[in-house]
Amino acid sequence: MNFDFSDDQKQLRDQARKFLAEKCSPKAVRAVLDGKAPYDRELWKGLAEMGFLGVAIPEEFGGAGAGHLELCVIAEEMGRALAPVPFSSTVYLAAEALLIAGSDAQKKKWLPKIASGEAIGTLALFEGKGNPSPKAIKLAAAGGTLSGVKKPVPDGAIADFAVVAARTGSSGRDGDVSLFLVDLKAGGVEAKSLTNIDPTRGQAELTFKNCKAEPLGASGEGWGVITQVLDRAAVLLAFEQVGGSDRALEMGRDYALDRIAFGRPIGSFQAVKHMLADMYVSATLARSNSYYGAWALSTNAGELPEAAAAARISATQAFQHCAKNNIQVHGGMGFTWEFDCHMYYRRANALALTLGSLSYWEDQLIDRMRKKNAA
Amino acid sequence: MNFDDTPQEAEFRKTARAWIAANAPKQYEEELRKSSLGRTQLKNANILEVAKAWQKKKADAGWACLHWPKDYGGRGASPIERVIWQQEEGAFGKLSGLFIIGHGMCGPTMMAFAREEHKRKYLPPLASGEKVWCQLFSEPAGGSDVAGLRTRAEKDGDDWIVNGQKIWTSGAHYSDYGILLTRTDPDVPKHKGLTMFFLDMKSPGVEVRPIKQANGNSDFNEVYFTNVRIPDHQRLGEVNDGWNVSLTTLMNERMSIGAGVATGFPELFDYCSSLMLEDGAAIEDRGVRSKLANWAVRASGLRYTSMRAISALSRGERPGPENSIGKLVAGSMIQDVAAYALDLQGAAGVLSGPEDADVAGRFQAMLLRAPGTRVEGGTDEIMRNIIAERVLGLPGDIRVDKDVPFNKIPTRGRS
Repeated sequence: MNFDFSDDQKQLRDQARKFLAEKCSPKAVRAVLDGKAPYDRELWKGLAEMGFLGVAIPEEFGGAGAGHLELCVIAEEMGRALAPVPFSSTVYLAAEALLIAGSDAQKKKWLPKIASGEAIGTLALFEGKGNPSPKAIKLAAAGGTLSGVKKPVPDGAIADFAVVAARTGSSGRDGDVSLFLVDLKAGGVEAKSLTNIDPTRGQAELTFKNCKAEPLGASGEGWGVITQVLDRAAVLLAFEQVGGSDRALEMGRDYALDRIAFGRPIGSFQAVKHMLADMYVSATLARSNSYYGAWALSTNAGELPEAAAAARISATQAFQHCAKNNIQVHGGMGFTWEFDCHMYYRRANALALTLGSLSYWEDQLIDRMRKKNAA
Repeated sequence: MNFDDTPQEAEFRKTARAWIAANAPKQYEEELRKSSLGRTQLKNANILEVAKAWQKKKADAGWACLHWPKDYGGRGASPIERVIWQQEEGAFGKLSGLFIIGHGMCGPTMMAFAREEHKRKYLPPLASGEKVWCQLFSEPAGGSDVAGLRTRAEKDGDDWIVNGQKIWTSGAHYSDYGILLTRTDPDVPKHKGLTMFFLDMKSPGVEVRPIKQANGNSDFNEVYFTNVRIPDHQRLGEVNDGWNVSLTTLMNERMSIGAGVATGFPELFDYCSSLMLEDGAAIEDRGVRSKLANWAVRASGLRYTSMRAISALSRGERPGPENSIGKLVAGSMIQDVAAYALDLQGAAGVLSGPEDADVAGRFQAMLLRAPGTRVEGGTDEIMRNIIAERVLGLPGDIRVDKDVPFNKIPTRGRS
């Protein structure tokens, strides 16, 4: 048994960590947080040059053709550094949708541009409140055009293209949903940036008005593709959450060692030690569940749906837990804009909702476990 | 990343599997599989006898204490082979529970500190289960603070004379030998005046009294020592160096990887899958599903954490510290799981008789046994201290009694 990343993959992780430590300091994250730029363009370019954007994209489409385990270790570092770039929307959502359902021509058109950093992509799924559901898709497709409103769309205001879920039937079943590929710079779509709890990752409202769109995958098979994309993204985002959890835990630990109160480091008080020990427990459970998700993702195993849901839940809980208690360990200073704690708190709570909420994934996990038991 | 055996591992697994299939006491398999925390007896047989017979059979064929040297009754197997054996032994592994203290703690301590002739004499029958060992550390005045123990050993010629009382001694009532931590110098700080021995539990002056636990069972004992003589050659380690010797013992307690800790989750998931509530199947209920999902990811998280440790063993490396979370997570989880299973039964959840309660009262028994799991072998609080100090590198507690001679440490709070 070797339930671990290989030496090469660990080396890639170290390489990504070193690169991000240099190019993605908290100061760089703050530039986006403070609204000075919608995302860190320099970093995005650098990620492309390092080959990180296309690490899981096959060589024939301009990528490195390495694989998803490699993408997982990079995702962990992106989460640890709070990278303020449209990585998850472009790489986990748009690129994965193209890889699963795209025609050869569609892949050839967009995947090389993703790998080179020339194109930002996203998935336009949600239409207001609620979790992923075919019934919630109202945006209508007719005669090769789309009309309706999508929000929130991650990185929608800076994206060059979007995979859009649209209604093409009215049977009330999954088969009503089809996917479309839309060039957002070709007109017919209005993008509005929306204020959100984590300004280091943008959210937008996209309004489609008889917008030209080409089908992605077969008509009526959109929901199946979305389910697959969400599962794959759940594993990859879980690694971002694991990276974020570890960093928040380290910040708390370091502060507890440095901060003196009542004549001793606060990390010598059991109330604080135990809080940090519990954060370590959450982070460890999340990491182990995510490793299983990575294995299922990289081998396209039948276990993927269950593994993805478990990784998603565990990693969401861990990042939320570590981020909020990191602030608690820091006390009043943790609640200042100046300290970085709130950036992790914001990211943890934003990631907890992307791809649907915790309660949605809890429900999914039990469904999938039952299916497995029945099989 | 894969879950595949190496060719050597696969070969070993095949051999182990074949031997188990041909030799295991299959008539008890179903019952052992269904046993859970607080419910570990066999209906029509004495589990101690069944366990001893299985252990002897394993020892005769070279399948006992796999990682021990052959000279001492083991197989000289690698850590990963031991894990593979445990996986293959499955439900029959539950029979090893009676030997866990002896094999996991007493044996390694003897191996590290006993004289060679003692090792050759005592370890093989310990491995084969013919002799059962217990560990006599905890006392009424020294639980988490085990170095606060008061049982005295005083030198008398070539012997030591022991007086005092131990408590929470698992299996003392069927043990043949024990390792015993005593105070040999009360005039120095507490960690510096301890000495370790092993002794025959049939020695004159040893009295074992079962403790009736909160759940009504008696797995633990009080052990009283009245002028018990122990020859000096049964001393383990130097005089007054018993604290360091005990660390070897306790380190081994926490190295048991791969055995899998009980969380109660598989039992709860099975139960909920068939349970009907007023509004329909329990498993269709949003609230039930949310609870189940939260426990599911804790159970799977522990399972995969242990697989990460096993992978390190397989590569011939030392596992990282992540396995230290197992007992802490599983202990409180099984308690919460049991309470929730009763909650789902409504008012009838109070009934615990096998004929009245669902699944023969398994969850009621689990609930009543669970508080003990959060205390035995290191309380939740001690486990959190260990993680905070050894894994995260946080400072140790300020110990106000560290430099105080043991006999000057206060013995009462409000006086």
